[in-house]
Amino acid sequence: MNVITDNLDLFFQGFLKTLGICIICLIGALILGTVIAGFRVSPVAPLRGVGTTYVNLVRNCPLTVVLFFIAFGLPEIGINQSYYVFGCAALIVYTAAFVCEALRSGINAIPAGQAEAARAIGLTFTQNLGSIILPQAFRTAIPPVGSVIIAMFKNSAILGAFGVSGDLLGNAILLTSSRGQDPTAVYLGIGFFFLLITIPAGLILQYLERKAVILR
Amino acid sequence: MKTSTLRSTRRLRTAKVAAVVAVGVLALTACGGGSDSDDDGDAEATQATFEAGTTMETLQKAGKITIGTKFDQPGFGLKGLSGEPEGFDVEIAKIIAEGLGIDDDNITWVETPSAVRETKIEDGEVSLVAATYTINDERKKRITFAGPYYEAGQQVMVRSDDSAITGPESFKTNADLKVCSVAGSTPADNISSYLASKSQLTTFDVYSKCADALRNKQVDAVTTDNVILLGLVGDSDGAFKVVGDTFTKEPYGIGVKKGDTAFCQYIVDTLKKASQDGDYEEAWTETAGKVEGSTVPTLPTADACA
Amino acid sequence: MSDTNLSVLYDVPGPRARRRALVGSVVVGLLTLAVLYLIYARLDDQGQFESDRWSPLLDPSDESFQAVWKQLGTGLRNTLVGALVAITLSVAIGIVLGIARVMLGRRSRVPLVAVIEFFRGLPVVVLMYMAYQLLPDLGVNYEPLPGPDAFWWMVVGLVAYNSVIFAEILRAGVNSLPGGQREAGLVIGLTPLQTMRMIQLPQAFRTMLPAIISQMVVVLKDTSLIAFIGGYEELLRKGQFVYLNLKNPLQTLLFVAIIFIAVNFTLSWLANLAQRRMSRRSAGRGINPIHLDPGSAGNTTL
Repeated sequence: MNVITDNLDLFFQGFLKTLGICIICLIGALILGTVIAGFRVSPVAPLRGVGTTYVNLVRNCPLTVVLFFIAFGLPEIGINQSYYVFGCAALIVYTAAFVCEALRSGINAIPAGQAEAARAIGLTFTQNLGSIILPQAFRTAIPPVGSVIIAMFKNSAILGAFGVSGDLLGNAILLTSSRGQDPTAVYLGIGFFFLLITIPAGLILQYLERKAVILR
Repeated sequence: MKTSTLRSTRRLRTAKVAAVVAVGVLALTACGGGSDSDDDGDAEATQATFEAGTTMETLQKAGKITIGTKFDQPGFGLKGLSGEPEGFDVEIAKIIAEGLGIDDDNITWVETPSAVRETKIEDGEVSLVAATYTINDERKKRITFAGPYYEAGQQVMVRSDDSAITGPESFKTNADLKVCSVAGSTPADNISSYLASKSQLTTFDVYSKCADALRNKQVDAVTTDNVILLGLVGDSDGAFKVVGDTFTKEPYGIGVKKGDTAFCQYIVDTLKKASQDGDYEEAWTETAGKVEGSTVPTLPTADACA
Repeated sequence: MSDTNLSVLYDVPGPRARRRALVGSVVVGLLTLAVLYLIYARLDDQGQFESDRWSPLLDPSDESFQAVWKQLGTGLRNTLVGALVAITLSVAIGIVLGIARVMLGRRSRVPLVAVIEFFRGLPVVVLMYMAYQLLPDLGVNYEPLPGPDAFWWMVVGLVAYNSVIFAEILRAGVNSLPGGQREAGLVIGLTPLQTMRMIQLPQAFRTMLPAIISQMVVVLKDTSLIAFIGGYEELLRKGQFVYLNLKNPLQTLLFVAIIFIAVNFTLSWLANLAQRRMSRRSAGRGINPIHLDPGSAGNTTL
């Protein structure tokens, strides 16, 4: 277990980096996911088409393939970024499709009367969506969106496997492969730090769920 | 096709001592089919006899061998479209197997990701590992290295039309020259001691950006491990070349079971012979050396087998 | 979303709205085309449409065509085999874990719940790395098992995660049954285990089927994670070999993606079919097919 105490800085630094990736991608995925969800319910048919195509393609493609596509494909057309940027981009692009679906299920759950009432008082589609439907949909969508986000936190580990250095898994690979450290201790160590992200995230989600229910 | 011609030409070389007259005939038959190459292998086997109980004897008797290599390292070990791995490591391993009278068809290739190389050798799942395997003390605790057979290390890459830079020393004499590497990496550390001022070093997060900067003349050179540079040179359509010798040392060795000094010595001797009769050079020029601007390495002096 | 629900968001369009929607459609359509053209121009500019990048994948007369598709075909087969083995083991172990969790007493299930939470909270790729490095360090030897070691790194990683997910699905399935089912079983003299095996499980399992099939999509996608470690040549890994040889990552990965999407589409379609049949068959009995309970955090896998 000395491996952990000796390399505590590496573990902690990895933890922070992973947390950073999670937060950046959380924001990115929520924004992109909401935009796509807006596309999917829009009255403009081509927008719906774009949204539907996006969701169906991305959801059925492994995150790994999305990542390879972005990281090895984009440089081929002259777009060069670090693996960190590519990795986050892939995670956002991928997760957004699931956020979109979770939000849509939230919109679905809003009683039709809400939208009808909004329409009856003369609100346009944008007003209807922005002031009536989405605020409620976000609340109903908290559990599914939250689950998606927690899954994304876990998926963030693939950045380390891909070669982004400095995150939890990246540091674990560095310690075991290059520095020949005891794999058991190293992996139990990063396992602990991952749980330190996912378990509290689950608890926060449960709390939000309860709050949302009360508000309804 | 490429590997088979390579194989037959190497066979020819070993055979030419025996009978110069037969060369023409052999050249015909070597293209003919498997049975001839088997004969060739057997001829070899009768030449070399190994002491009973050695790894060599066991392998020679078995007539087959399992070898660990990389499958995703272009130039060294890359699984080709045919399904067979190709590369410098692969050719080196074939030379070793050939000396045991084992021909290419009887080699089983196993992909050995970095973290399992020692374990695979310890468990005897592979007889040897040739997989861009850097010799270091940590690994020597668990296995024995034969070699080095190649000295990887840091080198300098410049634009093909540039003759001002001849190696890392050029940066000290001309402080206007800029060199690029990856931020926070060992290569960036290593080059720093060769610079007249810190501002000469430009760092990016990936090497492809360094290559772009070199192309656009934002920098004058890129430095990192020669294996990576060879890949960049290969992708540049002749725009880049590598200059000067390696100035850091990452010796690649063949991993064998810990303490098997006889096998280790056999590998060292075989490689020495291969370097004398040109097989070593051929292994290079047919694989990693295909890249324009690469220079043929000379076989480094082997470490003592221990 | 059903169309009826969708149309609630906006009125049945009148002439003006229809005109506006039409203008919008045209604008968006043009914009989409413009974006597509920009991408095309960029690709063309970078020489991505040169035939030597495509012909090994598209032109049967190309000398590499057969070799390339043989590689990708083997890759797909390996992906399917891996997913099938992983899903079978996951369901089997998941059922045992799930039953144990439902039937154990409050106190004695604490360790079990801890194990479930542990595996559920870790990324699958980390679990694969654990199977790859941690387990051998603890003395696990994969050699007696058939196939390359890396196959088992992948399978162990997938099973560790998904069996736990299936345990949770099963628990939700059993809990969704009317309480009377179990009570009736006990009343006619069955032991709790018999009740579980003969009454609750068969019904719960049926309701689980759609969830299992949709989880299959997840497992299938996750097999590609082994490409990071290497050693097992599933579809993505094969694709990697192909494009390293042909130097056409964009083109090869496009085909890898298409294959994955096609297979997963088929699976999703099957899941929908199963769900529809299930809800039709059990409609009268008040048993509905369950999906992962969206309320329980961490159950979702992407």
